[in-house]
Amino acid sequence: MYRKMVEIRKFEEHVWDVYTRGWMPGLAHLYIGEEAVATGACSALRDDDYITSTHRGHGHCLAKGARLEPMMAEIMGKEAGYCRGKGGSMHIADMSVGNLGANGIVGGGFGIATGAALSAKTRGTDQVAVCFFGDGAANQGIFMETANMASVWNLPVIYLCENNQYGEHTPFQAVTGVDEIADRAHGFGMEGTRVDGSDALAVHDVVRHAVERAREGGGPTLVEALTYRFRGHHVGDAAPYRTKEELEWWMSNRDPIELLGREMRRRRIATQAQLDEVQTETETAVVAAVEFARQAPYPEPEQAFEDVYSE
Amino acid sequence: MTQAATTDTNERQLSYREAIIEAMAEEMRLDETVILIGEDVGPSGGIFKCSEGLFDEFGHDRVIDAPISEAGYIGLSVGAAMTGLRPIAELMFGDFSLLTMDQLVNQAAKIRYMTGGQCQVNLTVRMTMGAGRSSAAQHSQSLHALFAHIPGLKVAVPSCPYDAKGLLKAAIRDDNPVLVFEDKMMYNDVAHVPDHDYVVDLGTAAVRRAGSDVTLVGTSSMVGVALEAADELAALGIEAEVVDPRTLFPLDIDALVDSVRKTGYAVIIDEGVQRYGATGEIAATLQEQAFDYLDGPVLRIGAADVPIPFSPVLEMPTIPDTARVVEAVQSQRRR
Repeated sequence: MYRKMVEIRKFEEHVWDVYTRGWMPGLAHLYIGEEAVATGACSALRDDDYITSTHRGHGHCLAKGARLEPMMAEIMGKEAGYCRGKGGSMHIADMSVGNLGANGIVGGGFGIATGAALSAKTRGTDQVAVCFFGDGAANQGIFMETANMASVWNLPVIYLCENNQYGEHTPFQAVTGVDEIADRAHGFGMEGTRVDGSDALAVHDVVRHAVERAREGGGPTLVEALTYRFRGHHVGDAAPYRTKEELEWWMSNRDPIELLGREMRRRRIATQAQLDEVQTETETAVVAAVEFARQAPYPEPEQAFEDVYSE
Repeated sequence: MTQAATTDTNERQLSYREAIIEAMAEEMRLDETVILIGEDVGPSGGIFKCSEGLFDEFGHDRVIDAPISEAGYIGLSVGAAMTGLRPIAELMFGDFSLLTMDQLVNQAAKIRYMTGGQCQVNLTVRMTMGAGRSSAAQHSQSLHALFAHIPGLKVAVPSCPYDAKGLLKAAIRDDNPVLVFEDKMMYNDVAHVPDHDYVVDLGTAAVRRAGSDVTLVGTSSMVGVALEAADELAALGIEAEVVDPRTLFPLDIDALVDSVRKTGYAVIIDEGVQRYGATGEIAATLQEQAFDYLDGPVLRIGAADVPIPFSPVLEMPTIPDTARVVEAVQSQRRR
C-alpha cells in the first residue's frame, strides 16, 4: 500500500514536470494529497471487480493495477498508451483489470458503475463495483437516480466520495446543503460512513467491510473520504481561492504517505531506510516510464478514424 | 437494396407492436444476456403495450421496471452493456431522451473510441416518435436526427411491422449503441411478418414502390405518406419511386443515388423538424453525390418550425402530409 501511494505521488509529480515542459497536451488534474483513498479502496478489491474513475483519475487507475508505461504514454498521446492516444489523461481505462474508465464528465461514472453492479448481479457473479466521485459530483442529479436504483435493487456497488473540499474553485460547503455527504445515504436507504481520507488503513477497512457486505448480497454503501488536494484543480491553477495556511496545515499534518510511513515505523513493519528505498525504486521506475513514453511513437493520423464503431 | 416485404394476406399478419414484442422475445430466448429495462415494461406491459408477455416469460431479473429516472437507467444500461449484458432500454416517449443526453452522447457513443477500442457498448434504446395524437409539445417530437448527428451511435427508423422486427433484432445483435425510433401512430398497423428468425441489416434501404419520374425518400411513417402521394401522382401521370432508408446511420446512400440516377428528381420527407434535420442531410448528400443526374433541386419536407401544438386543428398542419408531397413534386417539375 505504501509503495502504491508513493508510485501515485511520484507519477503525478512527473506529470506536473512533463506538463510544464510541454511534453503533454491537454489538461492534467493531479491526485497529489489524495493517494490514500484510491490505494486504500482498491486494495480491498479483486482484479475482476470494477471501478469507475474521474477526471482526477491517475491515482485510481494505478491503484487498480495500471502499469506506469502505458499510463504515461497515454498522457502524452502515444500509440503505446492504454487508449492508443485517443483518450488522454481524463479517459484512461484498462478493462483487463476492471477499470471501466476515467470520465471527463463530473458524475459520469455513476451510471456505468451502477450498471456494472446490475450486470454482476444479473449474471450471478459476486463482483462488486466501486464508483469514485468527488464532492462536486455529489451534487449531480444522476447521483440520486442511480443510488436509488442501487438501493431498491440491492446492487453490489460502493459509492466512494472523495471529498477534497473544493469543486474546481468553489468550497464544497458553499454549494452543498449538508455538512457531510455521507448523511445523504439515509435518504437513499443505504448505509453511509465518513472516513479519514488521509488514512489509507482506515479507508481500506471501511471499503473492505462495504465490499464484503456487497458480495454477500447486502447491497450498496456510500463512503465519504475526507481528503485534500495539495495542488490546484489542474496544472496551472495556483488555487488563489484557498489560504496558504489551510494548504500548509494539510500538507504538514495530513500527508497520507507520511502518515502511513509513520504508522509502519511505529508498528515496526518497516524502517525509515526501507521506506526511503521504496521512494528511490519508485522514482527510478517512474523516470523510466517517462523516458519510455517520450520515446514511444505517436499513432498514425489515420487511426483517428478507427474504433468509432465495433465491426 | 432489398425489395419490400410481401403483404400476401395468406401469410401471417402482425401489428407493428406485436412485431416489436416478437423481436425482443426471440432475442431474449436466443441470448440470456439480453435484458429489457424501462418504465412500466414489467407486469403492466408498457403504456403502449410493447412488452406485453415478456415479464411472464422472462421474469423480473430480465424485464426490469425502472423508476422514473431516464438518465439513471440509461446510464445503468451503458455500464451493463460494457460488462457482459446486452440491454434493451425503453424510453416511453422520445422526448424523454433529452433527459439522457449525457449517457447517450457523452458516454455510450464515445466510450469505445475514448478507450482505444477496449470495449463495446452493445446497447439498444427503443423510443417513440411521431405527432398526431394531441400529445402536445413534450410527447410528440421526432428527435432521431439529433442522434444521427453523433458519431458512435446508429439510428433506425422502421416504417412497417416487417422492419420493426428485423431492424430491432439487428439492433440488439449489433455491438454498438443503436437507437430505434418507433412511430407511436404505427403501433396498430398490421402487415406480414415472418414467424422465423430474420434480421434487416442496418444500412440497407428498401424500395417500397418502383417508379421512373421522381424519387420520394420517406422515413418511418413518412413512407406511408410518400406511398399515398405516389398513388395521387400516378393519377397525374407521374410515376414516383418510394425509397425507405430504414436507418439514418448507417445511411444507404448508394440506394438513394441509384434511384435518383433513374428519376432525376428527389423529394425527402421526414417527420423531424425540417431545419438542420434528416431531410437536409439526405438532400445535401444527394446533391454532392448525384448532382449530374438531377434535373431539379432536391426538395425537403419536414415538420413545421414550431413546437408541436395540442389542438388537432393546430397540430395536423405541422406534420408533413400527402398534399404537400404532391405539391412539391409538381412545383419541382415546373421550374
